[in-house]
Amino acid sequence: MALEPKEIYEKLQAAFPDISVEFDEAVPCIIVEPMKWKTVALFLRDADDLKFDSLMCLSGVDNGDGNLVSVCHLDSLAHRHKLTVKCVVPADDPKVESVEQVWRTADWHEREAYDLIGIEYVGHRDLRRILMPYDWTGHPLCKDYEVPEFYNGIKVPY
Amino acid sequence: MFDNSVTTREDIRDRGLRTEEMVLNMGPQHPSTHGVLRLELVLEGEIIRKVIPHIGYLHRCFEKHAENESYTQVIPYTDRMDYLASMNNNHGYALGIERLMGIEVPERVEYIRVIMAELQRIASHLVAIGTYGMDIGAFTPFLYCFRDREHILDIFEKTCGARLLYNYIWIGGVSHDVYPEFVKDVAEVVKILRPTIKELNDLLNYNKIFIDRTANVGVLPADVAINYGCTGPMLRGSGVNFDLRRDDPYSIYDRFEWEVRIGKGEAGTVGDCWDRHMVRVWEMEESCNIIEQALESFPEGDVHAAIPRRVRPPKGEIYVRVENPRGELGYYIISDGTGTPFRIKARAPGFSNLSVINEISQGHMVADIVAILGSIDIVLGEIDR
Amino acid sequence: MGLLDKKFENSNIIITSLEGVMNWARLCSLWQMSFGLACCAIEMMAASASHFDIMRFGVIPRPSPRQCDVMIVAGTVTLKMASRIRRLYEQMAEPRYVLSMGSCSNCGGPYWNYGYHVLKGVDRVIPVDVYIPGCPPRPEALLEGLMKLQEKVRSESLVEEKAA
Repeated sequence: MALEPKEIYEKLQAAFPDISVEFDEAVPCIIVEPMKWKTVALFLRDADDLKFDSLMCLSGVDNGDGNLVSVCHLDSLAHRHKLTVKCVVPADDPKVESVEQVWRTADWHEREAYDLIGIEYVGHRDLRRILMPYDWTGHPLCKDYEVPEFYNGIKVPY
Repeated sequence: MFDNSVTTREDIRDRGLRTEEMVLNMGPQHPSTHGVLRLELVLEGEIIRKVIPHIGYLHRCFEKHAENESYTQVIPYTDRMDYLASMNNNHGYALGIERLMGIEVPERVEYIRVIMAELQRIASHLVAIGTYGMDIGAFTPFLYCFRDREHILDIFEKTCGARLLYNYIWIGGVSHDVYPEFVKDVAEVVKILRPTIKELNDLLNYNKIFIDRTANVGVLPADVAINYGCTGPMLRGSGVNFDLRRDDPYSIYDRFEWEVRIGKGEAGTVGDCWDRHMVRVWEMEESCNIIEQALESFPEGDVHAAIPRRVRPPKGEIYVRVENPRGELGYYIISDGTGTPFRIKARAPGFSNLSVINEISQGHMVADIVAILGSIDIVLGEIDR
Repeated sequence: MGLLDKKFENSNIIITSLEGVMNWARLCSLWQMSFGLACCAIEMMAASASHFDIMRFGVIPRPSPRQCDVMIVAGTVTLKMASRIRRLYEQMAEPRYVLSMGSCSNCGGPYWNYGYHVLKGVDRVIPVDVYIPGCPPRPEALLEGLMKLQEKVRSESLVEEKAA
């Protein structure tokens, strides 16, 4: 049976009284405490009436106001409902719990968010750069990123 | 009879010999990696123990461009992500912005989009099938497939002037109306394509050597496929009956009668390379069905009626997904109310599909990695973006 | 055997320059290194498939740089790939030629401005003989570029250049 995001939110609130879970009406989405996210994720995946068995997309977003957001779009093939979950972290200490062992899709997506935005996923077993070269400095999709003049002796700007 | 049991490291160690793992680099310049993928293979003799893919050799900064160009200017960059399925990429992006802005597109536009998307799907699968044959040693199907693909490209070229990257599906419409003989031409191409699929079956798909190379190789179980986020022919090849065109309908796909084809393990195990390959072949037939039905009820109308003069979506965000030839293509679009997107993240199907390669190639021979990689049907342009 | 078959009366000697014969042999067997980078690689594949048949110009795709005469840089070169391109070029035996196919490898193409990871023109790492414009160039354009390269090879000289 497909559930609405609001109903899922109420279920989460009942299941985790000591974890801060908020609901954003505008999107709609659920905002979870970053360092408790994996516990919630396991519940979302395994609870019988939720069964979010697939992670469609995980994106890192630089809000531009000093906050980074890790956004997960979940889908349930069994119940055919969807959910958006966000973890908001400050840019100077961007630590989010990794869900790489919950959904393996998150493995590469988290590496990408780390590479391009700079969110650190705590508990990820292989957190390396994925798209940029390993010796690159900086996270290019941050709003305040400046393109370097040279990379290994090659001029970068046109 | 000869003994064909596999010698393991333990067997060798029991005989008092020292073994060492060997690391073999494949790519980024390798004819069978379909572009610039680098695979680090950890081998024990000929047997693969671990595959470490290194991607990013074609990272063209799509997301950075999306943040700096206006909404309409992003469309050409979506073309260049999955360059074998540009129409589908355009379609997904246009759908996302239209949903954000609440635009209702005219009937004729929807029909044109569906026909174009399905033609593109066939063209993309033809390349996938042709190059897959070439990867494992059959050169002729490649020539056959490219010959038939040219018919489809001719239609695209007549419609919008480009052979590969079209910039055709715009927000709220399409760039040009189709030319007068469009319906006749497409019907003819479908007529040409149907026997082609049969020809391919005779030439390649049911060939004994081909089956020996692909059946029981790279078996991907359904639960692993879902957990790794594999979509498209990868997922359906593993026997999961899921297709976004039917299960999360967009555009006008719910009006047509067609079947979601899944792998059944006809030649070996469910979810092996052969199943994935055959799902593509069958999908071409189904696409032909959809096109034929769309041609029957092709409506008249103005294709430019709903194109907005200024694209400025209201503040908000949306995740929109469409069925690409390679799987689920998702766009996560955040709008801050200005003329340029605040953030666009593209969820490329190949990205997740490729990440499963380590899981499915362990224990196989080095030669099989080529078969497995070909059956995933990667396009590096969308994996690296 | 074609053009010259049964055209001689008693002896079959043609007098030409060594240069002419060598250039002729070279330009008619420009083996190409078969590696694609991006979108243009698809058009390169289309050019070598049945419709356009680039092999009639003697262009045979070879997987190893050691066996190749011409490198077709078909697609966007990124900074991560640039050093590999350079190395592949260095592995090719002389005389070697480079065809830069498409806007991306000519100058960065549509990625020239914001592409923080795109090399703005492959000529920043290796020398280029012929530039083919287009995004992507049609297979006909690739053939045209190839013929331009053949013209260049035809005009090459074995004579040592005198210091000016």
